[in-house]
Amino acid sequence: MIRLENISKSFYKGNTAVDAVRDMSLTIERHEIVAVIGPSGCGKSTLLNMIAGLYAPTRGHVVYKGARVSDVNTDVGYMTQKDNLLPWRSVRDNVAFPLELAGVPQAERARRADEVIKHVGLQGFEDRYTNELSGGMRKRACLGRMLLYGAETALLDEPFAALDAQLKLAMHDLMLRLVAENQQTVILVTHDLMEAVTLADRVLVCTRRPATIAMEQRIDLARPRDVLNVRFSNAFKEHYDALWERLRVEYREERV
Amino acid sequence: MLLWQLALGIGVLLLWQGASGRLIDNFFISNPLDVGTRLYRWIADGSIFQHIAATLYATGMGFLIGSVGGAILGVWLGVSPFASRLLNPYLNALNALPKVALAPLFVLWFGLGIESKIALAAVLVLFLVFLNTFAGVREVDQDLIDGARLMRATRTQVIFKVIIPSAMSWVFAGLKIAMPYALIGAVLGEMIAANRGLGYLVQFSGSQFDSAGVFAVLFVIALLAVGLNYLVEAVQGRMERWRIVSR
Repeated sequence: MIRLENISKSFYKGNTAVDAVRDMSLTIERHEIVAVIGPSGCGKSTLLNMIAGLYAPTRGHVVYKGARVSDVNTDVGYMTQKDNLLPWRSVRDNVAFPLELAGVPQAERARRADEVIKHVGLQGFEDRYTNELSGGMRKRACLGRMLLYGAETALLDEPFAALDAQLKLAMHDLMLRLVAENQQTVILVTHDLMEAVTLADRVLVCTRRPATIAMEQRIDLARPRDVLNVRFSNAFKEHYDALWERLRVEYREERV
Repeated sequence: MLLWQLALGIGVLLLWQGASGRLIDNFFISNPLDVGTRLYRWIADGSIFQHIAATLYATGMGFLIGSVGGAILGVWLGVSPFASRLLNPYLNALNALPKVALAPLFVLWFGLGIESKIALAAVLVLFLVFLNTFAGVREVDQDLIDGARLMRATRTQVIFKVIIPSAMSWVFAGLKIAMPYALIGAVLGEMIAANRGLGYLVQFSGSQFDSAGVFAVLFVIALLAVGLNYLVEAVQGRMERWRIVSR
Protein backbone atom coordinates (compact mmCIF):
# COMPACT_ATOMS: atom_id res chain seq x y z
CA MET A 1 0.00 0.00 0.00
CA ILE A 2 2.91 2.30 0.76
CA ARG A 3 5.87 2.03 -1.56
CA LEU A 4 9.15 3.87 -1.24
CA GLU A 5 10.98 3.85 -4.54
CA ASN A 6 14.70 4.48 -4.14
CA ILE A 7 14.18 7.53 -2.02
CA SER A 8 17.04 9.70 -0.82
CA LYS A 9 16.90 12.84 1.20
CA SER A 10 19.68 15.35 1.67
CA PHE A 11 19.57 18.52 3.69
CA TYR A 12 21.66 21.43 2.65
CA LYS A 13 23.44 23.59 5.10
CA GLY A 14 25.12 26.21 3.01
CA ASN A 15 26.95 24.17 0.39
CA THR A 16 27.46 21.02 2.39
CA ALA A 17 24.89 18.33 1.93
CA VAL A 18 23.91 16.07 4.78
CA ASP A 19 22.41 12.79 3.62
CA ALA A 20 19.69 11.67 5.96
CA VAL A 21 18.27 8.82 3.90
CA ARG A 22 19.94 7.08 0.97
CA ASP A 23 18.40 4.82 -1.65
CA MET A 24 15.76 3.27 0.48
CA SER A 25 13.18 1.01 -1.09
CA LEU A 26 10.41 -0.48 0.90
CA THR A 27 6.91 -1.82 0.51
CA ILE A 28 4.42 -1.83 3.32
CA GLU A 29 1.23 -3.87 3.05
CA ARG A 30 -2.18 -2.80 4.22
CA HIS A 31 -2.84 -3.56 7.93
CA GLU A 32 0.79 -4.30 8.52
CA ILE A 33 2.61 -3.02 11.58
CA VAL A 34 6.19 -2.16 10.68
CA ALA A 35 8.74 -1.05 13.23
CA VAL A 36 11.79 0.92 12.13
CA ILE A 37 14.66 0.77 14.54
CA GLY A 38 18.12 2.30 14.44
CA PRO A 39 20.57 4.59 16.19
CA SER A 40 19.20 8.00 17.10
CA GLY A 41 19.70 10.69 14.50
CA CYS A 42 19.87 8.21 11.66
CA GLY A 43 17.05 9.70 9.59
CA LYS A 44 14.11 7.66 10.81
CA SER A 45 12.01 10.75 11.46
CA THR A 46 12.92 12.09 8.02
CA LEU A 47 11.53 8.88 6.59
CA LEU A 48 8.18 9.45 8.31
CA ASN A 49 8.12 13.07 7.22
CA MET A 50 8.49 11.95 3.63
CA ILE A 51 5.69 9.41 3.91
CA ALA A 52 3.51 12.13 5.45
CA GLY A 53 4.35 14.35 2.50
CA LEU A 54 5.88 17.07 4.66
CA TYR A 55 9.30 16.71 3.02
CA ALA A 56 9.76 15.94 -0.62
CA PRO A 57 12.46 13.29 -1.20
CA THR A 58 15.56 14.59 -2.97
CA ARG A 59 15.46 11.58 -5.27
CA GLY A 60 12.91 8.84 -5.79
CA HIS A 61 9.32 9.04 -4.64
CA VAL A 62 6.80 7.83 -2.17
CA VAL A 63 3.78 6.05 -3.58
CA TYR A 64 0.72 5.81 -1.39
CA LYS A 65 -2.14 3.62 -2.62
CA GLY A 66 -0.88 3.85 -6.16
CA ALA A 67 -0.58 7.63 -6.22
CA ARG A 68 2.59 9.63 -5.80
CA VAL A 69 2.73 11.67 -2.63
CA SER A 70 3.43 15.24 -3.68
CA ASP A 71 1.63 17.24 -1.02
CA VAL A 72 0.57 16.68 2.58
CA ASN A 73 -0.74 13.13 2.83
CA THR A 74 -4.04 13.46 4.65
CA ASP A 75 -4.64 9.71 4.78
CA VAL A 76 -2.05 9.34 7.50
CA GLY A 77 -2.18 10.24 11.14
CA TYR A 78 1.21 11.40 12.28
CA MET A 79 2.31 11.40 15.88
CA THR A 80 5.55 13.34 15.93
CA GLN A 81 8.29 13.10 18.49
CA LYS A 82 7.50 16.58 19.67
CA ASP A 83 3.92 16.79 20.87
CA ASN A 84 2.00 19.05 18.55
CA LEU A 85 -0.76 19.92 20.96
CA LEU A 86 -2.22 23.40 20.74
CA PRO A 87 -1.36 25.13 24.02
CA TRP A 88 -4.42 27.38 24.03
CA ARG A 89 -6.80 24.43 23.97
CA SER A 90 -7.80 22.11 26.75
CA VAL A 91 -6.94 18.41 26.54
CA ARG A 92 -10.46 17.61 25.39
CA ASP A 93 -10.42 20.25 22.67
CA ASN A 94 -7.01 19.08 21.55
CA VAL A 95 -8.04 15.47 21.28
CA ALA A 96 -11.25 16.50 19.50
CA PHE A 97 -9.41 18.87 17.14
CA PRO A 98 -9.48 16.54 14.09
CA LEU A 99 -13.21 16.01 14.60
CA GLU A 100 -13.72 19.75 14.88
CA LEU A 101 -11.89 20.22 11.60
CA ALA A 102 -14.16 17.63 10.02
CA GLY A 103 -17.22 19.51 11.25
CA VAL A 104 -18.49 16.99 13.80
CA PRO A 105 -21.04 18.66 16.14
CA GLN A 106 -19.77 19.88 19.52
CA ALA A 107 -21.64 17.41 21.75
CA GLU A 108 -20.62 14.37 19.75
CA ARG A 109 -16.96 15.28 19.54
CA ALA A 110 -16.81 15.97 23.28
CA ARG A 111 -18.33 12.57 23.96
CA ARG A 112 -15.97 10.75 21.65
CA ALA A 113 -12.98 12.68 22.93
CA ASP A 114 -13.81 11.87 26.55
CA GLU A 115 -14.04 8.20 25.64
CA VAL A 116 -10.57 8.18 24.12
CA ILE A 117 -9.17 10.26 26.96
CA LYS A 118 -10.36 7.57 29.35
CA HIS A 119 -8.64 4.95 27.19
CA VAL A 120 -5.29 6.68 27.47
CA GLY A 121 -5.72 7.20 31.20
CA LEU A 122 -6.16 10.95 31.25
CA GLN A 123 -9.60 11.10 32.80
CA GLY A 124 -9.86 14.04 35.17
CA PHE A 125 -7.57 16.12 32.98
CA GLU A 126 -10.05 16.87 30.18
CA ASP A 127 -10.28 20.56 31.00
CA ARG A 128 -6.61 21.16 31.73
CA TYR A 129 -4.40 23.05 29.35
CA THR A 130 -1.52 21.09 27.88
CA ASN A 131 1.14 23.07 29.73
CA GLU A 132 -0.27 21.69 32.97
CA LEU A 133 0.51 18.12 31.88
CA SER A 134 3.70 16.14 32.22
CA GLY A 135 5.61 15.03 29.12
CA GLY A 136 4.20 11.52 29.30
CA MET A 137 0.66 12.80 29.67
CA ARG A 138 1.09 14.99 26.64
CA LYS A 139 2.25 11.99 24.65
CA ARG A 140 -0.83 10.15 25.73
CA ALA A 141 -3.03 13.06 24.68
CA CYS A 142 -1.33 12.97 21.25
CA LEU A 143 -1.86 9.25 21.04
CA GLY A 144 -5.51 9.76 21.97
CA ARG A 145 -5.92 12.40 19.30
CA MET A 146 -4.41 10.15 16.71
CA LEU A 147 -6.54 7.20 17.70
CA LEU A 148 -9.67 9.33 17.60
CA TYR A 149 -8.74 10.62 14.17
CA GLY A 150 -8.66 6.99 13.04
CA ALA A 151 -6.52 7.59 9.99
CA GLU A 152 -5.98 4.71 7.60
CA THR A 153 -2.25 4.75 8.32
CA ALA A 154 -0.61 5.76 11.56
CA LEU A 155 2.93 7.10 11.60
CA LEU A 156 4.32 6.95 15.10
CA ASP A 157 7.62 8.58 15.95
CA GLU A 158 8.84 7.19 19.26
CA PRO A 159 5.36 7.46 20.71
CA PHE A 160 6.11 5.73 23.98
CA ALA A 161 9.57 7.08 24.68
CA ALA A 162 8.56 9.37 27.54
CA LEU A 163 6.42 6.85 29.39
CA ASP A 164 7.33 4.81 32.42
CA ALA A 165 7.65 1.03 31.95
CA GLN A 166 4.24 0.07 33.33
CA LEU A 167 2.37 2.71 31.42
CA LYS A 168 4.27 1.76 28.30
CA LEU A 169 2.93 -1.78 28.51
CA ALA A 170 -0.60 -0.50 28.98
CA MET A 171 -0.21 1.79 25.97
CA HIS A 172 1.22 -1.03 23.85
CA ASP A 173 -1.81 -3.09 24.68
CA LEU A 174 -4.18 -0.24 23.94
CA MET A 175 -2.46 0.52 20.67
CA LEU A 176 -2.57 -3.07 19.44
CA ARG A 177 -6.25 -3.36 20.31
CA LEU A 178 -7.28 -0.10 18.67
CA VAL A 179 -5.13 -0.64 15.61
CA ALA A 180 -6.74 -4.06 15.13
CA GLU A 181 -10.17 -2.57 15.72
CA ASN A 182 -9.66 0.28 13.24
CA GLN A 183 -7.70 -1.94 10.84
CA GLN A 184 -4.90 0.57 10.56
CA THR A 185 -1.54 0.27 8.93
CA VAL A 186 1.21 1.36 11.30
CA ILE A 187 4.76 2.54 10.83
CA LEU A 188 6.44 2.80 14.17
CA VAL A 189 9.81 4.44 14.67
CA THR A 190 11.50 3.45 17.88
CA HIS A 191 14.85 2.81 19.45
CA ASP A 192 13.50 0.24 21.86
CA LEU A 193 14.07 -3.21 20.38
CA MET A 194 11.80 -4.87 22.94
CA GLU A 195 8.97 -2.60 21.89
CA ALA A 196 9.64 -3.18 18.20
CA VAL A 197 9.51 -6.98 18.50
CA THR A 198 6.48 -6.87 20.80
CA LEU A 199 4.36 -4.77 18.48
CA ALA A 200 5.47 -5.30 14.92
CA ASP A 201 4.83 -7.77 12.12
CA ARG A 202 8.12 -6.74 10.61
CA VAL A 203 11.14 -4.97 12.03
CA LEU A 204 13.51 -2.97 9.86
CA VAL A 205 16.97 -2.13 11.15
CA CYS A 206 18.37 1.15 9.86
CA THR A 207 22.03 1.91 9.50
CA ARG A 208 23.59 5.02 10.84
CA ARG A 209 23.09 8.17 8.81
CA PRO A 210 22.50 8.16 5.90
CA ALA A 211 19.81 5.63 6.68
CA THR A 212 19.47 2.54 4.56
CA ILE A 213 17.85 -0.71 5.53
CA ALA A 214 20.44 -3.05 6.99
CA MET A 215 18.16 -5.90 7.91
CA GLU A 216 14.58 -6.96 7.71
CA GLN A 217 13.05 -9.45 10.12
CA ARG A 218 9.54 -10.84 9.98
CA ILE A 219 8.08 -11.34 13.45
CA ASP A 220 5.71 -14.27 13.15
CA LEU A 221 4.41 -14.23 16.69
CA ALA A 222 0.70 -14.99 16.91
CA ARG A 223 -1.88 -12.25 17.23
CA PRO A 224 -3.51 -10.99 19.35
CA ARG A 225 -0.36 -10.70 21.39
CA ASP A 226 -0.17 -10.53 25.10
CA VAL A 227 2.21 -7.60 25.44
CA LEU A 228 3.17 -8.55 28.95
CA ASN A 229 4.06 -12.19 28.35
CA VAL A 230 5.03 -12.40 24.71
CA ARG A 231 8.57 -11.39 25.59
CA PHE A 232 9.16 -14.55 27.61
CA SER A 233 8.58 -16.94 24.71
CA ASN A 234 11.49 -18.58 22.91
CA ALA A 235 10.40 -17.30 19.52
CA PHE A 236 10.52 -13.77 20.85
CA LYS A 237 14.03 -14.30 22.16
CA GLU A 238 15.24 -15.63 18.82
CA HIS A 239 13.89 -12.60 16.96
CA TYR A 240 15.28 -10.28 19.56
CA ASP A 241 18.75 -11.80 19.47
CA ALA A 242 18.93 -11.85 15.71
CA LEU A 243 17.98 -8.18 15.51
CA TRP A 244 20.24 -7.17 18.35
CA GLU A 245 23.17 -8.89 16.67
CA ARG A 246 22.77 -6.65 13.62
CA LEU A 247 21.86 -3.54 15.57
CA ARG A 248 24.94 -3.87 17.73
CA VAL A 249 27.11 -3.43 14.68
CA GLU A 250 25.54 -0.05 14.05
CA TYR A 251 26.06 1.04 17.61
CA ARG A 252 29.61 -0.21 17.68
CA GLU A 253 30.49 1.75 14.56
CA GLU A 254 28.84 4.73 16.12
CA ARG A 255 31.16 4.65 19.07
CA VAL A 256 34.33 4.60 16.95
CA MET B 1 4.40 48.91 48.17
CA LEU B 2 1.20 50.84 47.56
CA LEU B 3 1.95 52.90 50.67
CA TRP B 4 5.43 53.70 49.43
CA GLN B 5 4.02 54.68 46.07
CA LEU B 6 1.50 56.96 47.73
CA ALA B 7 4.20 58.45 49.93
CA LEU B 8 6.35 59.21 46.89
CA GLY B 9 3.43 60.88 45.13
CA ILE B 10 2.55 63.03 48.15
CA GLY B 11 6.23 63.90 48.66
CA VAL B 12 6.55 65.12 45.09
CA LEU B 13 3.36 67.16 45.42
CA LEU B 14 4.62 68.78 48.66
CA LEU B 15 7.96 69.57 47.03
CA TRP B 16 6.13 71.08 44.09
CA GLN B 17 3.90 73.14 46.36
CA GLY B 18 6.93 74.32 48.34
CA ALA B 19 9.00 75.21 45.29
CA SER B 20 6.38 77.13 43.44
CA GLY B 21 6.47 80.85 44.20
CA ARG B 22 9.71 80.46 46.15
CA LEU B 23 12.22 78.76 43.82
CA ILE B 24 10.39 79.02 40.53
CA ASP B 25 7.77 81.49 39.49
CA ASN B 26 4.24 80.28 40.04
CA PHE B 27 3.45 81.49 36.53
CA PHE B 28 5.49 78.67 34.98
CA ILE B 29 4.84 75.66 37.14
CA SER B 30 1.63 76.62 38.95
CA ASN B 31 1.09 74.58 42.12
CA PRO B 32 -0.85 71.47 43.15
CA LEU B 33 -3.49 73.42 45.06
CA ASP B 34 -4.34 75.61 42.10
CA VAL B 35 -4.37 72.58 39.80
CA GLY B 36 -6.65 70.73 42.21
CA THR B 37 -8.99 73.70 42.50
CA ARG B 38 -9.09 74.02 38.74
CA LEU B 39 -9.94 70.34 38.33
CA TYR B 40 -12.60 70.60 40.99
CA ARG B 41 -14.19 73.58 39.28
CA TRP B 42 -14.23 71.84 35.90
CA ILE B 43 -15.77 68.76 37.40
CA ALA B 44 -18.27 70.77 39.44
CA ASP B 45 -19.59 72.72 36.45
CA GLY B 46 -19.32 69.61 34.25
CA SER B 47 -17.38 71.36 31.50
CA ILE B 48 -14.50 68.84 31.54
CA PHE B 49 -16.72 65.90 30.69
CA GLN B 50 -17.53 66.88 27.13
CA HIS B 51 -13.78 67.18 26.51
CA ILE B 52 -13.06 63.81 28.09
CA ALA B 53 -15.89 62.26 26.08
CA ALA B 54 -14.60 63.71 22.83
CA THR B 55 -11.04 62.51 23.45
CA LEU B 56 -12.14 59.08 24.62
CA TYR B 57 -14.37 58.67 21.60
CA ALA B 58 -11.60 59.62 19.20
CA THR B 59 -9.12 57.38 21.04
CA GLY B 60 -11.52 54.44 21.18
CA MET B 61 -12.61 54.64 17.56
CA GLY B 62 -9.07 55.20 16.37
CA PHE B 63 -7.83 52.28 18.42
CA LEU B 64 -10.60 50.03 17.15
CA ILE B 65 -10.16 50.89 13.48
CA GLY B 66 -6.38 50.85 13.70
CA SER B 67 -6.11 47.56 15.55
CA VAL B 68 -8.64 45.72 13.40
CA GLY B 69 -6.97 47.04 10.26
CA GLY B 70 -3.50 46.29 11.58
CA ALA B 71 -4.41 42.78 12.65
CA ILE B 72 -6.08 41.94 9.34
CA LEU B 73 -3.16 43.34 7.38
CA GLY B 74 -0.69 41.51 9.61
CA VAL B 75 -2.39 38.15 9.22
CA TRP B 76 -2.88 38.60 5.50
CA LEU B 77 0.72 39.53 4.80
CA GLY B 78 1.92 36.95 7.31
CA VAL B 79 0.30 34.08 5.43
CA SER B 80 1.00 35.24 1.90
CA PRO B 81 4.71 35.49 1.20
CA PHE B 82 4.12 37.05 -2.22
CA ALA B 83 2.13 40.01 -0.91
CA SER B 84 4.51 40.59 1.97
CA ARG B 85 7.54 40.65 -0.31
CA LEU B 86 5.73 42.87 -2.78
CA LEU B 87 4.68 45.43 -0.19
CA ASN B 88 7.74 45.21 2.03
CA PRO B 89 9.64 48.31 0.84
CA TYR B 90 6.52 50.45 0.79
CA LEU B 91 5.46 49.41 4.25
CA ASN B 92 8.93 50.11 5.57
CA ALA B 93 8.85 53.58 4.05
CA LEU B 94 5.40 54.29 5.44
CA ASN B 95 6.40 52.99 8.83
CA ALA B 96 9.47 55.21 8.98
CA LEU B 97 7.33 58.23 8.16
CA PRO B 98 6.42 60.25 11.26
CA LYS B 99 2.68 59.63 11.18
CA VAL B 100 2.08 62.87 13.04
CA ALA B 101 3.11 64.69 9.90
CA LEU B 102 -0.03 63.33 8.28
CA ALA B 103 -2.21 65.42 10.60
CA PRO B 104 -2.61 68.40 8.25
CA LEU B 105 -3.59 66.03 5.46
CA PHE B 106 -6.23 64.41 7.65
CA VAL B 107 -7.65 67.80 8.56
CA LEU B 108 -7.87 68.49 4.85
CA TRP B 109 -9.56 65.17 4.12
CA PHE B 110 -11.80 64.72 7.11
CA GLY B 111 -12.37 68.30 8.21
CA LEU B 112 -12.08 69.88 11.62
CA GLY B 113 -14.47 67.43 13.25
CA ILE B 114 -13.73 64.30 15.23
CA GLU B 115 -13.04 62.24 12.09
CA SER B 116 -9.58 63.72 11.55
CA LYS B 117 -8.60 62.85 15.15
CA ILE B 118 -9.88 59.32 14.71
CA ALA B 119 -7.86 59.01 11.52
CA LEU B 120 -4.65 60.14 13.19
CA ALA B 121 -5.11 57.81 16.15
CA ALA B 122 -5.99 54.94 13.80
CA VAL B 123 -2.90 55.38 11.64
CA LEU B 124 -0.61 55.42 14.66
CA VAL B 125 -2.23 52.27 16.02
CA LEU B 126 -2.42 50.48 12.69
CA PHE B 127 1.31 50.26 12.11
CA LEU B 128 2.15 49.13 15.61
CA VAL B 129 -0.49 46.41 15.60
CA PHE B 130 0.37 45.39 12.06
CA LEU B 131 4.08 44.95 12.80
CA ASN B 132 3.41 42.86 15.89
CA THR B 133 0.76 40.72 14.26
CA PHE B 134 2.97 40.11 11.25
CA ALA B 135 5.87 39.05 13.46
CA GLY B 136 3.51 36.84 15.47
CA VAL B 137 2.17 35.09 12.38
CA ARG B 138 5.70 34.49 11.15
CA GLU B 139 6.63 32.99 14.51
CA VAL B 140 3.91 30.33 14.47
CA ASP B 141 5.36 26.88 14.95
CA GLN B 142 5.41 25.21 11.51
CA ASP B 143 4.95 21.82 13.16
CA LEU B 144 1.56 22.91 14.50
CA ILE B 145 0.53 23.99 11.01
CA ASP B 146 1.78 20.73 9.46
CA GLY B 147 -0.05 18.78 12.15
CA ALA B 148 -3.32 20.53 11.39
CA ARG B 149 -2.86 20.07 7.63
CA LEU B 150 -2.30 16.35 8.12
CA MET B 151 -5.62 16.30 9.96
CA ARG B 152 -7.24 17.68 6.83
CA ALA B 153 -7.52 21.27 7.93
CA THR B 154 -8.36 23.62 5.10
CA ARG B 155 -6.31 26.77 4.62
CA THR B 156 -9.00 28.85 6.31
CA GLN B 157 -9.11 26.45 9.25
CA VAL B 158 -5.34 26.61 9.59
CA ILE B 159 -5.51 30.40 9.68
CA PHE B 160 -8.36 30.65 12.17
CA LYS B 161 -7.66 27.69 14.40
CA VAL B 162 -3.89 27.59 14.47
CA ILE B 163 -2.23 30.75 13.18
CA ILE B 164 -4.43 33.41 14.75
CA PRO B 165 -4.70 31.86 18.23
CA SER B 166 -0.98 31.23 18.20
CA ALA B 167 -0.18 34.81 17.19
CA MET B 168 -2.61 36.22 19.76
CA SER B 169 -0.02 37.05 22.39
CA TRP B 170 1.93 39.05 19.81
CA VAL B 171 -1.22 40.87 18.80
CA PHE B 172 -1.85 41.76 22.41
CA ALA B 173 1.68 42.98 22.84
CA GLY B 174 1.02 45.24 19.87
CA LEU B 175 -2.29 46.42 21.31
CA LYS B 176 -0.64 47.23 24.60
CA ILE B 177 2.02 49.31 22.91
CA ALA B 178 -0.54 50.94 20.63
CA MET B 179 -3.06 51.98 23.30
CA PRO B 180 -1.15 55.05 24.52
CA TYR B 181 -0.45 55.98 20.91
CA ALA B 182 -4.16 56.08 20.19
CA LEU B 183 -4.51 58.62 22.97
CA ILE B 184 -1.50 60.54 21.68
CA GLY B 185 -3.01 60.63 18.19
CA ALA B 186 -6.35 61.88 19.44
CA VAL B 187 -4.87 64.56 21.70
CA LEU B 188 -2.47 65.70 19.02
CA GLY B 189 -5.25 65.95 16.48
CA GLU B 190 -7.24 68.06 18.90
CA MET B 191 -4.29 70.33 19.53
CA ILE B 192 -3.96 71.07 15.84
CA ALA B 193 -7.52 72.00 15.12
CA ALA B 194 -10.57 71.42 17.28
CA ASN B 195 -13.10 73.08 19.50
CA ARG B 196 -13.45 70.21 21.91
CA GLY B 197 -11.34 67.53 23.58
CA LEU B 198 -8.50 67.42 26.07
CA GLY B 199 -5.93 68.32 23.41
CA TYR B 200 -7.94 71.43 22.60
CA LEU B 201 -8.14 72.26 26.31
CA VAL B 202 -4.37 71.93 26.74
CA GLN B 203 -3.79 74.15 23.73
CA PHE B 204 -6.40 76.66 24.89
CA SER B 205 -5.06 76.83 28.46
CA GLY B 206 -1.52 77.23 27.17
CA SER B 207 -2.46 80.08 24.90
CA GLN B 208 -4.07 81.80 27.88
CA PHE B 209 -0.82 81.41 29.88
CA ASP B 210 -2.85 79.30 32.29
CA SER B 211 -0.31 76.78 33.59
CA ALA B 212 -2.68 75.41 36.22
CA GLY B 213 -5.12 74.56 33.45
CA VAL B 214 -2.41 72.80 31.41
CA PHE B 215 -1.36 70.70 34.39
CA ALA B 216 -4.95 69.86 35.22
CA VAL B 217 -5.55 68.54 31.70
CA LEU B 218 -2.28 66.62 31.69
CA PHE B 219 -3.35 64.96 34.91
CA VAL B 220 -6.63 63.88 33.34
CA ILE B 221 -4.84 62.54 30.26
CA ALA B 222 -2.44 60.54 32.42
CA LEU B 223 -5.37 59.06 34.33
CA LEU B 224 -7.07 58.07 31.07
CA ALA B 225 -3.87 56.43 29.81
CA VAL B 226 -3.57 54.33 32.96
CA GLY B 227 -7.23 53.31 32.77
CA LEU B 228 -7.04 52.33 29.11
CA ASN B 229 -3.91 50.30 29.67
CA TYR B 230 -5.59 48.43 32.47
CA LEU B 231 -8.50 47.67 30.16
CA VAL B 232 -6.25 46.06 27.52
CA GLU B 233 -4.53 43.95 30.14
CA ALA B 234 -7.86 42.80 31.58
CA VAL B 235 -9.06 41.69 28.13
CA GLN B 236 -5.79 39.88 27.48
CA GLY B 237 -6.05 38.11 30.84
CA ARG B 238 -9.47 36.80 29.89
CA MET B 239 -8.45 35.66 26.43
CA GLU B 240 -5.19 34.02 27.38
CA ARG B 241 -6.11 32.07 30.44
CA TRP B 242 -3.99 29.12 29.31
CA ARG B 243 -0.87 31.27 29.52
CA ILE B 244 -1.71 32.49 33.01
CA VAL B 245 -2.32 29.08 34.49
CA SER B 246 1.09 27.97 33.33
CA ARG B 247 2.78 30.09 35.94
